[in-house]
Amino acid sequence: MGTSISVHLRGDELASERVVQSVAAVFHELRHVERVFSPYRPDSQLARWESGELSLEAADPRLAEVLSLCDEARERTGGWFDPRALPDPRGGGVPRHHPTGLVKGWAVRGAARHLAALGGYGWCLNAGGDIFMATAAGDPPWRVGIEDPSDPSQLLRAVVVANGAVATSGSAHRGAHIINPFTGRPATSVRAATVAGPDPLWADVYATAAVACGLEALEWLEDLADYQALLVRETGVIRTTAGWPKN
Amino acid sequence: MRRNTLWVLATVSALVLLFSYRTSTMGTGGGGSGSTSVAAPRATATGGPAGDGTPSPSQSPASDQRAATSDGTFTGTAAQTKWGPVQVTITVSNGKITKVTVPVHPNSSRHDQQINSRALPILIKATLAAQSYDVDTVSGATVTSEGYRESLQSAIDQAHLS
Repeated sequence: MGTSISVHLRGDELASERVVQSVAAVFHELRHVERVFSPYRPDSQLARWESGELSLEAADPRLAEVLSLCDEARERTGGWFDPRALPDPRGGGVPRHHPTGLVKGWAVRGAARHLAALGGYGWCLNAGGDIFMATAAGDPPWRVGIEDPSDPSQLLRAVVVANGAVATSGSAHRGAHIINPFTGRPATSVRAATVAGPDPLWADVYATAAVACGLEALEWLEDLADYQALLVRETGVIRTTAGWPKN
Repeated sequence: MRRNTLWVLATVSALVLLFSYRTSTMGTGGGGSGSTSVAAPRATATGGPAGDGTPSPSQSPASDQRAATSDGTFTGTAAQTKWGPVQVTITVSNGKITKVTVPVHPNSSRHDQQINSRALPILIKATLAAQSYDVDTVSGATVTSEGYRESLQSAIDQAHLS
């Protein structure tokens, strides 16, 4: 993933062994996912499977799980989420298998169970902008800032979330665009998409699919009962689904 | 814990996503670095104020012994990155970061220097701007700078701001 990870906890006895171990388990699991799935490392299992050096049967079972989820994501999004169409993050422009648009949300969902298992704690796990959080009874909800895709030092707005996920997908500031899987060309009409909903995996998938699709994504995003979306157009104009929380 | 401290914690988590920064002679590419950049595995406490203004939930006992604010200049430990060390110094006034400098950063190659002249002001501006948004976390598509955030976290820890 090559991303930064932060954990916020709210509750009692935060220095206790139990809490420390749970947080350590989160980082341990996310580091493991990084080793298996990193598209930046030629020795990752993903890279070795792509090159044919490693069979799916011999690989970490999570690789097969993620590839299967990618197929489901492609179906759910009418083909707009397509990990085979994302550009090579190492540059070079050659399309390759790149499930990053799903792995981050999936990894966050899995790792967060260590925090949920503590019971009675509020927690907020943020891996590279994909966030999963829960609020304990009596505590205030989390305030989530949404980054301005055209200026990394600014936020567009904040949204309040008690329980659930927020994921953002978009073009890197100086990097490759997400590719429209049907035209094979960079998708530019939507600069970034933020999706909020119950499951971080699907928030990640829908955000990625929305950028690949462009502004028309609002049509099918509206049909997703539990998910809301905010799209930032190339012009900077913001469009949201009808159910997006008002400021 | 005071509200000011929450803002600083927000700064720590907000800035991890507010910028993309590389000083590297190892080529271009998207926002990712070659290795995972992770925050130190320590639980951060936020004793969030209850809606009706009653005191925060109980904290760990050590927090009662800390100074209410720690003003002054604090320098984080130098974080080792694959491109060289990065060290951050913050100035704290009334419990808020008022100034950030990066006295140590990879600066050996011309490429490093070019990026530093653009990226460092952005990083510093982002750190200060993030404090004013009062958010706990940020969702965005960019990737943080390895080393910068670790050293900033270290400086904040020394200032007893979190």
